[in-house]
Amino acid sequence: MSKHSKFQTALCSRPPRRSTITWAFLPLLHQAEVNASARRSTTSSSRHQSGSPPVGAHVHFEKTVKMTIKLIRDHGQHYRPRMACLKKVEALVIEMQDPKSGVKSFEQKRNATSIPHVIAGQDITAWITSHMTVDAQEAQALGTMLVAYGFIYPLQDPKTLILRPDGSLYRCQTPYFWPAQKWKAQDTDYAIYLAKRNIRKKGILDQYEQERYRKLHKWLNHKWDFIVNQAKEQTRAGKARMKSDRVVFSYQERAYWIVHRPPPQTHSAMDYGVDRLIDPNAEEEKNSYYYRRIIIFRQQAIMRSKVKSTVSLGALVKHTMTYQSHDPFLTPCLPSNPWQTDDDTYWALNMPDVDLPTKMTVERWSYGFYELLRDPRGRADFRLFLKKEFSGENLAFWEAAEELKWGAASAISEKAETIFKTFLAPGAPCWINIDGRTMGLTVKGLQHPHRHVLDAAQNHIFMLMKKDTFYRYLKSPVYKDIQKKAISPAPHNFTDAQLEQNARNRKPGLYPSVTWQRQQKEKVRTTTLIDIKKLMANKLDRQ
Amino acid sequence: MCDHTFVAITFGPCDSCTLNKPLMNIYLQNEPVNYCSLCVEMMACQGLTQGENLASLKAESEGLKLRLEEERAKLHDVELHQAAEKVEPLGQLVTKARRSLKGHGNKVLCTDWCRDKRRLVSSSQVTEHAVTMPCTWVMACAYAPSGCAIACGGLDNKCSVYPLSLDKNENLSAKKKSVAMHTNYLSACSFTNSDMQILTSSGDGTCALWDVESGQLLQSFHGHSADVLSLDLAPSETGNTFVSGGCDKKANVWDMRSGQNIQSFETHESDINSVKYYPSGDAFATGSDDATCRLYDLRADREVAIYSKESIIFGASSVDFSISGRLLFAGYNDYTINVWDVLKGTRVSILFGHENRVSTVRVSPDGTAFCSGSWDHTLRVRTGRYLSLSDTHTHTHTHTHSLT
Repeated sequence: MSKHSKFQTALCSRPPRRSTITWAFLPLLHQAEVNASARRSTTSSSRHQSGSPPVGAHVHFEKTVKMTIKLIRDHGQHYRPRMACLKKVEALVIEMQDPKSGVKSFEQKRNATSIPHVIAGQDITAWITSHMTVDAQEAQALGTMLVAYGFIYPLQDPKTLILRPDGSLYRCQTPYFWPAQKWKAQDTDYAIYLAKRNIRKKGILDQYEQERYRKLHKWLNHKWDFIVNQAKEQTRAGKARMKSDRVVFSYQERAYWIVHRPPPQTHSAMDYGVDRLIDPNAEEEKNSYYYRRIIIFRQQAIMRSKVKSTVSLGALVKHTMTYQSHDPFLTPCLPSNPWQTDDDTYWALNMPDVDLPTKMTVERWSYGFYELLRDPRGRADFRLFLKKEFSGENLAFWEAAEELKWGAASAISEKAETIFKTFLAPGAPCWINIDGRTMGLTVKGLQHPHRHVLDAAQNHIFMLMKKDTFYRYLKSPVYKDIQKKAISPAPHNFTDAQLEQNARNRKPGLYPSVTWQRQQKEKVRTTTLIDIKKLMANKLDRQ
Repeated sequence: MCDHTFVAITFGPCDSCTLNKPLMNIYLQNEPVNYCSLCVEMMACQGLTQGENLASLKAESEGLKLRLEEERAKLHDVELHQAAEKVEPLGQLVTKARRSLKGHGNKVLCTDWCRDKRRLVSSSQVTEHAVTMPCTWVMACAYAPSGCAIACGGLDNKCSVYPLSLDKNENLSAKKKSVAMHTNYLSACSFTNSDMQILTSSGDGTCALWDVESGQLLQSFHGHSADVLSLDLAPSETGNTFVSGGCDKKANVWDMRSGQNIQSFETHESDINSVKYYPSGDAFATGSDDATCRLYDLRADREVAIYSKESIIFGASSVDFSISGRLLFAGYNDYTINVWDVLKGTRVSILFGHENRVSTVRVSPDGTAFCSGSWDHTLRVRTGRYLSLSDTHTHTHTHTHSLT
């Protein structure tokens, strides 16, 4: 560890990583755009290379480049996400390096230099297994993540960032090169690193590194003198070190850049996706608005009724236990899981327009009123029961209200009028029986119909059906009949040959749009039936 | 069913401006009032009145917090694993990857199942499954309940709806319809109970409800102080609430009618990447960057379980429940999927197989399988079965990882 800190002080000739260069945006910009904006700002200049802007136009170039970026891609999000994992990994790696309880390290001779603090892959895995009480596979996965993030780097085969649980050699990365949330690996630093290696020995850069070096040369051309000077300075400073220190430092630096500028066809673990809009490290400004909002919210939270844990948690447990037999991950679904055996029977038996449902489905309807309504087959059965009782208007009203609530905004007033005429107006063909207060509120609201105008009435009807009609349904001959008739499919027992046959005969199911159109036609048919019936009944009454 | 908005008056004359608007039920000096959202905002924005200063407001809010904690503590008489003592523990998982879908050329960012239980839509970094979108990251996608359309959006700040057709060669981009417009990237979208409305959440910190046909904004939800990363609609019968989780470490429950923030939970230590309702609608789970998943009970108004392990260090990007709610599938940034026993609070298995971050985990609508999408360009559909402990003794070979 002490050797590492020596490096930190010795490397003050490096530019600080917190350099406020905005050129990090540059790689986003297409080369043509660079030229276009540069051309706009160019006057005549002496040192003009083809394709790159003249140094004299530097300041103006920066402004136009920035403006161009803002117009195209920058919607203001340029903060890196929180990356809470980094702190935890740092703590873990520090523990690993503890001389007493950490991973045992040794010296390794390599090309006439001796590299200290080398650890073997199998030792890392063993340490993680014992330290965190996990099995070997998980330990290896965790170790691979440590390597992928650059906290540990491999000495042999440095470009493959995985942990090999054998004698492969690794070293812990110095804290200076640990990935940090606050600072992004800068292109300028990358250019300096590539330049250093290029200066030291021409042709040492890989093909992809040469490509990138050339691109950086173009984009950072105006700073190129600075970059080359820095590279030379650092090489010179490095020469003053001992050879083993120099070698170790070169490994560390190389490992850092493999993580932050991954070779092609590999990915970097530091890749986090999209930037965030709000800076996660900034504190929210605590002004009066902030506190007032909290006060309003907390007052409301205090006044809201809460339930005891025994009651609410008991309900959660009960729900899980009730549905346990319906969960294909816990109880095998009958006849067989289509994903496992490639046999569609399970899905065919549970189609919404199936004639006879399975026993499991019918049992599920009894768990709760909403379960019954949610399943189209169950709703159809319930509708049948209501038809026998001549009280189909409640369900019809509930369905119509649902359609209003979830339908298109333009259709609201039209639907509201139809509903009023059919269900709420005095003497309506399907008049629903709700209390006077709700009826008054609803009718008043219908003068200026909006999406939630029927909410109160709908809830009233729903509760009525739930508390009364539902239980009568469960005891009715209609339900008992369907219970008896429901199918109880026997479990499939396919041989391997049959499974192969099934796999070959795999077909995609019906297009959802086809099923949807079928359902819509069915719906139209049933609703018109009700209306006609009621109208006929009314006519007969009057006569 | 846990919908506190059930009996509240949600539309009518505002007590302050007397206009007919969607109402929020709040308390002013301990008196219940119904204000429209504009009046609430104006009231909150007014500067310090006489006799108040920042310190007094802060003291008041702290006082209320203490009262709230007291009330919650009084009702907290049992832990979840205690309530589930009599439940039989789960045995080993026997799982197998059934399909490995490799059609994407780039990172898979989001998936959604169709209600027909066998189709999936997925979106990725460059192109979406069948449609090429003019933006690089498509971070949100959703299947319409009828199965006739899909919605997706991302860095283009919009949510677009594409009607699907039976003709495979038809150019879907031609029929595209732009529905939502945010001022920053779209992080999640979901259809409500029909094809006609979409709920979206965005990096600009707001969620919004849109009418698909007209593109009209029906309701907007403000309250997060940072990017909102995910949302989920309540499965309850009245279906009027949804939960959203964001980078400000908060999970908020909203009333869709009035735009009011009903409940808020802030116990996570880092960004919340994913929220999902428990099947009964009385609780929800969150997956966060701090490597924990937590279960929040809506009726008791508190966090009831934390699913974490010392060896799990990297953030959870996506969570989903199995149909019964017993299992919680969580995909993590360390390329694994952990399966948690919701009631006991323990991890029952860990699944390997992906070669890059698992970005999305979704259980199929009938619970027969779950699909995991990852940045390694693949989607894997897996099934599994947990043997009960008695079965485990006879089962000699039990693996806890997937096969391709």
